[in-house]
Amino acid sequence: MTAVRCVDLCKTYIQGDTEIKALDHLSIDVDAGGFVCLSSPSGGGKTTLLNAIGGLDIPDSGEVWIEGERIDTKSKGQLAELRLRKIGFVFQAYNLIPVLTARENVEFVMQVQGVPAAERGELAINVLKEVGLAGLEDRRPAQMSGGQQQRVAVARAVVSRPALILADEPTANLDSKTSDGLMDLFSELNSAHNTTFIIATHDQRVMAHIPRLIRMLDGRIVDDIQQHAP
Amino acid sequence: MNTFKVLLMLAWRNLWRNHRRTIIMLSAISIGVWAMIFMTALTQGMVNEMIKDGISVLPGHVQVHHPDYRDDPNINNLITTPDTELSARFAAAGFKQWATRIKVPAVISSERESRGVTLLGIDPVRERDLNFIDYADIDGRFLEVADDKGIVIGRKLADTLDTEVGKRIVVMTQDPDNEIADRGFRVVGVFGAKIESLEETYIFAGKETIQTLLKVGDHVTEAVAIGDDYRNVEPVYAAVLALVDSSVVVNRWTDLNSYLGTMMTVMDGFVLIWVVVIFLALSFGLVNTLVMAVYERVREIGLMLALGMKPSSILGQIIIESMMLLVIGLAIGNVLAFASIAPLKSGIDISVVAKGMEMMGASSILYPQLRSEDVILANAVVLILGFFASLSPAWRASRYQPIEAITKAD
Repeated sequence: MTAVRCVDLCKTYIQGDTEIKALDHLSIDVDAGGFVCLSSPSGGGKTTLLNAIGGLDIPDSGEVWIEGERIDTKSKGQLAELRLRKIGFVFQAYNLIPVLTARENVEFVMQVQGVPAAERGELAINVLKEVGLAGLEDRRPAQMSGGQQQRVAVARAVVSRPALILADEPTANLDSKTSDGLMDLFSELNSAHNTTFIIATHDQRVMAHIPRLIRMLDGRIVDDIQQHAP
Repeated sequence: MNTFKVLLMLAWRNLWRNHRRTIIMLSAISIGVWAMIFMTALTQGMVNEMIKDGISVLPGHVQVHHPDYRDDPNINNLITTPDTELSARFAAAGFKQWATRIKVPAVISSERESRGVTLLGIDPVRERDLNFIDYADIDGRFLEVADDKGIVIGRKLADTLDTEVGKRIVVMTQDPDNEIADRGFRVVGVFGAKIESLEETYIFAGKETIQTLLKVGDHVTEAVAIGDDYRNVEPVYAAVLALVDSSVVVNRWTDLNSYLGTMMTVMDGFVLIWVVVIFLALSFGLVNTLVMAVYERVREIGLMLALGMKPSSILGQIIIESMMLLVIGLAIGNVLAFASIAPLKSGIDISVVAKGMEMMGASSILYPQLRSEDVILANAVVLILGFFASLSPAWRASRYQPIEAITKAD
């Protein structure tokens, strides 16, 4: 089954007098349970593609399909509902809500989804343990390191078992050890829950870790290789 | 429900994120609400006293007269229905208080001076507590029965006439045949009133004594009824109207003293304007606080939108935050207002400006009047206008594009 399908996507930004083609007739298919790395130099279009797949940005033309459902024609409210139910996000920075504790941040999406308090509390504790943050549940983001915060964000992204997780430079602010730990965690979750991961990065260590590598340049795919088996 | 709970939690925590700003804003709202309620209570207290004093001079919430009496208050303009019959109807109607009386212009003379006055022929039992007389401040005694042969005059008039309790004065008026009707009375009492000018204007004699003097038999010039609330005279008005025929006219006190009637309406309007003006001053602070709160949290709002929170929930969160701020401010403001008004229940002595107050028809003691309607009005204005004031920043926050908001400060 195809988890993500992008067909002939175009997105152009105007910067001063210059037109920047962030996506240039780009098409891509990602199977359910796929583990994909998007790589490009800065400005290559990987974040724009990730945002288009996540319904955070609407392409100028082309189609985006998630699990057989076209999303680029949906309203803001419908896109919000789609993100809530099907997609988990991990951003490069500023991933957490500062006034909530680690556990509350993890519970946030489930609470908006309407998951009962007892159930979401148990899930949040378990997933925080899974990402190695047992004992830090009641800490607020300001009381945690960057790596710990990123792991809370991962926990939040995976806790409600979305079909798709989109991560934009998730290791950018992490040291190599924490970065490796995070990628191992992604791999475990991918294999354990068949969750589809699309990770945008220019970190060579991350690229080496991920089975399918898609290289982009100027909004186009220049290389799409299966590096190794998942 | 879950979303509402998370919105409540986020709004509450965000409210206390910047303690200093929240406390400053809460102080402004509390003081504003206190000022709204306290000043309104003072204003209403003053107006209430003016109206009550004004009605006590009339006196009566609803009055019945001959159709020509108000233009020409002479004894020829009597109510044609006999007093006995009229009194029986009023007694059966179950009014809180009622009376019939003769009220005509007259001249009072002592051996030294003469003055024009209004002569009231009353049944003292029925009139008790109906008028402006301070019964605790009477030299001598007040009238005791309707055929009392004595007369009661005001202290200021007694000074002017250079007379006192026990001395005789002459009252001169006109009978229905346009003949002079005069009679000597012994002054049995000298009254004091909150408003000095009333002591000069009115004199009281027994109703039956005056009916005899004026040769009008069992007739009066005025019948009055009092209801429970001077602000709501319609039930009494309707009841009195049902008791009389078309040979008389029935007036509310607001018709008889249009100045006071208008003042009551104007003051109610003034209270609303006062409350709205204070709120407008407050609203600048409120909107500024919310705009700053939204501006500081752009990325956070973008994140929540990206995670699947609907724009309507973001709108709700900011409005809830605003409402929390207002409700806390209102609670503190109300408590402050009640706490500052309670010790003043026995009145504020403003005798230093008594002359000026008397010119306005008010007494020298100001009794703050805390009316539930005014408290509800102040609270409702703050909440309703506060809601509308917070809509703009809340709407702006809900319109952010998630990805633009997340990357805004990067």
